[in-house]
Amino acid sequence: MFYREAGQFKTNYADDQAAFPVREDRIGIILLAVLAAVVVPIVASDFVLNTIMIPFLIFALATIGLNVLTGYCGQLSLGTGAFMGVGAYACYKLTSIFPDVNIVLWVLCSGVFSAAVGVVFGLPSLRIKGFYLAVATLAAQFFLEWCFIRIPWLYNNNASGAIEVPTREAFGVALTGPTAEPLTRYLIVLAIVVVMTFLVGNLLRGRIGRTWMMIRDMDIAAELIGVRPLYAKLSAFAVSSFVCGVAGAMFVFFWLGAAEPASFNIRLSFQVLFMVILGGLGSMAGSFMGAAFIFIMPILIRMVPAAFGLDVDAATVEHLNFVIIGALIIGILIAEPHGLARLWSVLRQKLRVWPFPY
Amino acid sequence: MDILYRIVIDPFVQMVATPDFLIQVLWEGFVAGVLYALIALGFVLIFKASGVFNFAQGIMVVFAALSLVGFVEVGVPAPIAFVLCLGVMLVLAVGVERLVLRPLVNQPDIILFMATIGLTFFLIGLGELIFGGEPKTMVTEELFLPTGSSVWEPAGLGPDGAPGFILFQHLDVAAAAIALALVAALGFFFSKTRIGRALRAVADDHQAALSVGISLNQIWVIVWFAAGVVALFTGIMWGARSDVSFALEIIAFKALPVLILGGFTSIPGAIVGGLIIGIGEKLGEIYWGPLVGGGIESWLAYMIALVFLLFRPQGLFGERIIERI
Repeated sequence: MFYREAGQFKTNYADDQAAFPVREDRIGIILLAVLAAVVVPIVASDFVLNTIMIPFLIFALATIGLNVLTGYCGQLSLGTGAFMGVGAYACYKLTSIFPDVNIVLWVLCSGVFSAAVGVVFGLPSLRIKGFYLAVATLAAQFFLEWCFIRIPWLYNNNASGAIEVPTREAFGVALTGPTAEPLTRYLIVLAIVVVMTFLVGNLLRGRIGRTWMMIRDMDIAAELIGVRPLYAKLSAFAVSSFVCGVAGAMFVFFWLGAAEPASFNIRLSFQVLFMVILGGLGSMAGSFMGAAFIFIMPILIRMVPAAFGLDVDAATVEHLNFVIIGALIIGILIAEPHGLARLWSVLRQKLRVWPFPY
Repeated sequence: MDILYRIVIDPFVQMVATPDFLIQVLWEGFVAGVLYALIALGFVLIFKASGVFNFAQGIMVVFAALSLVGFVEVGVPAPIAFVLCLGVMLVLAVGVERLVLRPLVNQPDIILFMATIGLTFFLIGLGELIFGGEPKTMVTEELFLPTGSSVWEPAGLGPDGAPGFILFQHLDVAAAAIALALVAALGFFFSKTRIGRALRAVADDHQAALSVGISLNQIWVIVWFAAGVVALFTGIMWGARSDVSFALEIIAFKALPVLILGGFTSIPGAIVGGLIIGIGEKLGEIYWGPLVGGGIESWLAYMIALVFLLFRPQGLFGERIIERI
């Protein structure tokens, strides 16, 4: 009734191939964009921006990155955290060597380094598949983590071994560093995430994205009809690592403010993988939903005891948090193995035919 | 040229100059390898029987060791605590089968893999809630495990022909012996008993096994319990060598390269892979590690495994991968 595409005729090819062919979807996207770009900055406090919105967007971008590789190209990777780290360290080095260049440009450039590293560690995917590949990507995770610790050049020979984000300005406004306003950082992150999502989304709809999906569905068959696995797999690794690298650079520069090698450990990789799986493999909208769910849920759980006036010490809450997250992950996988994106598509279908059952 | 010399020649010169030290390194690599093999064995058991890549094996090791120490702390004699721990692992196996595996049957591998990561989180949280986060000391002596060490001084193996000096921790000897005994017992169990045959049938073909009347659910409980028992032994051994804490979870990541090296489905593979990784890692760390600043243990095993994988994508002993359209 409210969500019905009957009567929306497509009269040319451009309409037919639009990213959102249904008018209601377009309206929904515009509403979401207005909400994120106008309403949130007005309504949300600095605290909310800093603890929820900025990391949520960054994680969503990282999730999209991993989703390209795992959800669309079918290559299971456990090295996301390290690829994000490459982006962060590359950005740090670039901005220390060329401090006058706009930081946003370096954040985007750092993805290139991450993509190069991703391609190198993607090479084994040509020979090995499935869980063997997943374990092979762990090699990337541990090797790169070791590099972050053992190569002092990467963190400018700091005594602390951590990278500290310097203050960088553009047009007289501090973009990064301790003096940057959360609102500024939020708007930059939002812009980068929206642009990247748009680009990756279109990449996925085109020829390259289709070859990835062919590789995912059956690589031998794809090979037989002329998809070159070398190019398809490595380009998926490159794009995925690029996106993850940008997310990693933003992770440090626009959110954490400082990072040590342990920030990019295997936990981060798993966290992003959870977001991909719970959001839905092979779904852009699912990436956002998964990131929101996995990132925001622990924050909410932490707030529960205080809300009921219970005095539980922080460590216990943290442990309970682990128990609840573990149980919830299993529960959601049992209830909906295809993730939150599937829930949304079921709901959408119901809305389309409402008030009739089918 | 200097760097080439230090990579290609110098380590071997060192090895020849002090053979006793080399033997010591090999021995320690061997013991570590046996223990890696034990963890890998837990993975292989479950992967063979249910096709689940059980990420929770590492945390099961910690959980088993912690509950053993926990029982002893509340005053249960160690041998009884050991039996109680077996009970805990059985409860865990039944619980996992009922609550995780059964509802997720027939789902893609990656979903099951994710579920075991969920299980890992659950067990980490539960373990810390019950036992607290601090490291604990393993009850080595109560379990009648030997402590102390003995020295072997073989003539002429030291530097410049002096007598060598090789230290054997009694605990390591016991660990190796127990691990080998456990592997032998599992081998016997798999090849000679009725349940073992059923397990192998399930590993070969789920549907064929079902059609001849083997209960998959029962088999899953049995393999998860067997993996739990392996985890308990591993936990005791690792716990006795260092403290029992959640840091032990890291050793699961040591077992993964062993797995891909040996093949996910092969018990001999897990053992041989464990030894290759254990010895290779120690040799690399001692002789080549200082060249790049040390600490290479964390990834060297993966690199060794990757090199092997490039030549045999299914691991050393894995089943040949046949793909059909």
